Amino acid sequence: MSTNLSDTERGQDDKQQTSSLASAASAGGRAGDKIFSGLSLGAGIVIFVMLAAVAAFLTWQAAPVVGIPASSVTGGNGFFSYVYPLVLGTLMAAVIALLIATPIGILVALYISHYAPAKVAKPVGYVIDLLAAIPSVVYGAWGMTVLSPALAPFYNWLSETFGFIPLFAGPASATGRTMMTAGVVLAIMILPIITSLCREIFIQTPQLHEEASLALGATRLEMIRQAVLPFARTGIISAIMLALGRALGETMAVALVLSTGGLQWSLLTSGNNTIAAEIALNYPEAFGNRLAELIAAGLMLFIITLIVNLIARTIIARYQEFSGAN
Amino acid sequence: MSTNTLQSSTSPARKNTLTSGQRPKWLVPVVMVGAVIVGAALSALLGFNIALWAIFAAVIFLIAAPIAVTVIEGGRKGSDAALTYVVYAAFILAVIPLISVIWTVLARGLPTMSVEFLTETMGGITGMVDQRAADSGEHPPGGALQAVLGTVIVTFWATLFSVPIGLLTAIYLVEYSNDNWLGKIITFLVDVMTGVPSIVAGLFASALFGLMLGPNTRMGIIGAIALTVLMIPTVVKATEEMLKIVPNELREASYALGVRKWRTILKVVIPTSISGIASGVTLAIARVIGETAPLLVTVGYFERVNLNAFNDWMATLPTFIYQQLMRPVAPTAPDPSTDRAWGAALILIVFVMLLNLIARLIARAFAPKTGR
Amino acid sequence: MSKRIDVEHLNVYYGDFLAVEDVNINIEPRSVTAFIGPSGCGKSTFLRTLNRMHEVIPGAYAQGKVMLDGEDLYGRGVDPVTVRSMVGMVFQRPNPFPTMSIRDNVLAGVKLNNKKISKSDSDALVESSLKGANLWNEVKDRLDKPGSGLSGGQQQRLCIARTMAVKPDVVLMDEPCSALDPISTIAIEDLIHELKEQFTVVIVTHNMQQAQRVADKTAFFNIEGTGKPGKLVEYDDTATIFQNPREKATEDYVSGRFG
Repeated sequence: MSTNLSDTERGQDDKQQTSSLASAASAGGRAGDKIFSGLSLGAGIVIFVMLAAVAAFLTWQAAPVVGIPASSVTGGNGFFSYVYPLVLGTLMAAVIALLIATPIGILVALYISHYAPAKVAKPVGYVIDLLAAIPSVVYGAWGMTVLSPALAPFYNWLSETFGFIPLFAGPASATGRTMMTAGVVLAIMILPIITSLCREIFIQTPQLHEEASLALGATRLEMIRQAVLPFARTGIISAIMLALGRALGETMAVALVLSTGGLQWSLLTSGNNTIAAEIALNYPEAFGNRLAELIAAGLMLFIITLIVNLIARTIIARYQEFSGAN
Repeated sequence: MSTNTLQSSTSPARKNTLTSGQRPKWLVPVVMVGAVIVGAALSALLGFNIALWAIFAAVIFLIAAPIAVTVIEGGRKGSDAALTYVVYAAFILAVIPLISVIWTVLARGLPTMSVEFLTETMGGITGMVDQRAADSGEHPPGGALQAVLGTVIVTFWATLFSVPIGLLTAIYLVEYSNDNWLGKIITFLVDVMTGVPSIVAGLFASALFGLMLGPNTRMGIIGAIALTVLMIPTVVKATEEMLKIVPNELREASYALGVRKWRTILKVVIPTSISGIASGVTLAIARVIGETAPLLVTVGYFERVNLNAFNDWMATLPTFIYQQLMRPVAPTAPDPSTDRAWGAALILIVFVMLLNLIARLIARAFAPKTGR
Repeated sequence: MSKRIDVEHLNVYYGDFLAVEDVNINIEPRSVTAFIGPSGCGKSTFLRTLNRMHEVIPGAYAQGKVMLDGEDLYGRGVDPVTVRSMVGMVFQRPNPFPTMSIRDNVLAGVKLNNKKISKSDSDALVESSLKGANLWNEVKDRLDKPGSGLSGGQQQRLCIARTMAVKPDVVLMDEPCSALDPISTIAIEDLIHELKEQFTVVIVTHNMQQAQRVADKTAFFNIEGTGKPGKLVEYDDTATIFQNPREKATEDYVSGRFG
């Protein structure tokens, strides 16, 4: 390709070269690019379709509930009076779990991020991850056969001492398979969620703020109050919301532990039920209208957890924008 | 000041402004021992047991130790000490259930474990058989082979569905979307999907196939679809993170050699991050392998081996555990069933722990390759 | 093979932002051309438009003509991938593929494109490319070891060998020595002198001594202020740019008054 080519030669050469720049062979490679990007986009769309299908099929299969006469619904008073005790029971179990798991989860996260020596912090993180790795059915079995009998005497004492409070009204269950136990098992299951999310947030606390606080002579507690908690507040809230979403939908801990029954205030007797457990316990034998009822209850659970998760995600998204801007 | 230095040089027990007013080193251990003794006494009053003793001792220590520190060093140090002890207590409290669960699974599962338990099914094990076994106190009859095989089959299909979808979605998000609106929507949907309760995923799969094949259809593949819904978001998230840490320089190096984007992704980006992706997928499998609720409503339970995921009911380890606990073979003699449940729980936990271990090993074995 | 580059009225944008404005430059084959200028003046951005690498950044695009021996790189139907196999690039930080051996790194351009190549051909290609990059004697006994095990300077020469193995017409270098120690830098500079016998070499550098040492011609880019586009201020023989520049800005820069 020397520079002393005549004009005509150069023109020919240009033609050849142009065809090499936009050659047919490379068009074949281009198709590969198109196919691959199309495939990956398609996979993303599958996720969209899948979620839409979850909502659509549940709605479709639940729809017959509207047409069932009130007297034919389980309980005999229409779908609403069938489902609201379940919704309340679901909330009850989740609230107990949150009340127990939130303080412990946050404290354990603090332990890992600010108290444990670096050598200990990592294994402790693994241990907490192990808590998350144990299958729910094993927790359920443990709650049913180990925790329930262990807590029964405590419930007995609690109902005798604080029985005047409706939540602790007696007589306490002799087996211990109560809402309270189910809540404790749920708490253990959501603890790793709260801990791992909070730990991540605590670790991100700006080192400068922490050092500024310590340099002013603050104790560790004061440093945590001044620098860590204000920074982490929104993150903690979203972690709690995510854990709440998990607690609402968790099935096995309740289905195995709780000896179910109608709605009542006492947490120490058998009774109450959650949507998820109701479905798990009854779906295998259900048909016809009962099937539609259970799927409708499942749809309600889906909507409730969806709302909780949406709130959590919104908080996280805003929080990320905020921290990104700084 | 000068007197201070003089003092410290003369007396061995020196006292200076930096260390004055501090609690003696023995204080906290002494309070701890005191709390243990007083706790023992109190619990003895109420009828001694170890749990009660531990609780009393812990409560007394958590109250007494900060007060002791407050008296010597003042309120600020006192509340600081209180938080320190509470943090440690919370950690111990969180570990207790873990130890208890693992201990229970080992203590009750190991005696059940036998060649028989791993190679036989529940076919032919009637209430009579169990009753006899319970009366004579012998090893529980029957086994969980069908459940082990079922779990492997259902999990295999779920992995087969969710890994390509999850992998490709992550590739779209990291390599193609450039943070456009579609990418944001998909990220959002994946987050939403993470929050779908497992029982709802099961209902979805059941409703879907119910429409196509008639209500109450049960097949392994339906369960696999339900698990896929739960597994995809985990795979996407893990893969996304791994793809993001592949340095952009490698992509540019490949482009500059005239390599196409899709080949760059397949031959450079994915090989560089493969260990992280593999370990993420393994963890995702470990997460769904123990799912019970969705399988309960989609796969059901079966006493014998069924290897065909496209036909009929199937047993899996989680539903096996559930079945044995909730519907004992011999309602009047539930012990053999309970034993089998713990045996199956032990197998399940071993599966999960092995998968976790493998994930860590994969991540570690190939880690040096990604870092430069 | 070596080709000439003619750029006419080239503007480069990042989205709405005009990053480089109206560049006209003619680069001769078998020569070394250095781009110098203060940071942020668009010299690297401009370099990347010469093999359409800027398109990798979302929202980046170029207007104007870049002719490689008379054919427009931005003509209709031209595939940027084809462009990049004709115009190779070496980056600021050495970036060998960490999952590949030294040998596979050299063959990456061939193998990643799934071209069939016989064992003897590939052996010959590896040897000639590594010899061309003055690396053969240092690595010939450990071709199967990972490329990331080499020193920084060796890694950079491996990257140059990798680029040469694709047999491009032009080699672009984006501050190839800025991450290297002085000894490795000299090795690379020696190599650049040899490279110009086969290729058209364009090098971006922030080091004016380096430009004087390696370049036949030098282009000075400048920027008037933040938010303003970068421009090509002066382009001439290296000696002229450094000893007798026409523009005041060039003189100020090469004499170290700013930048």
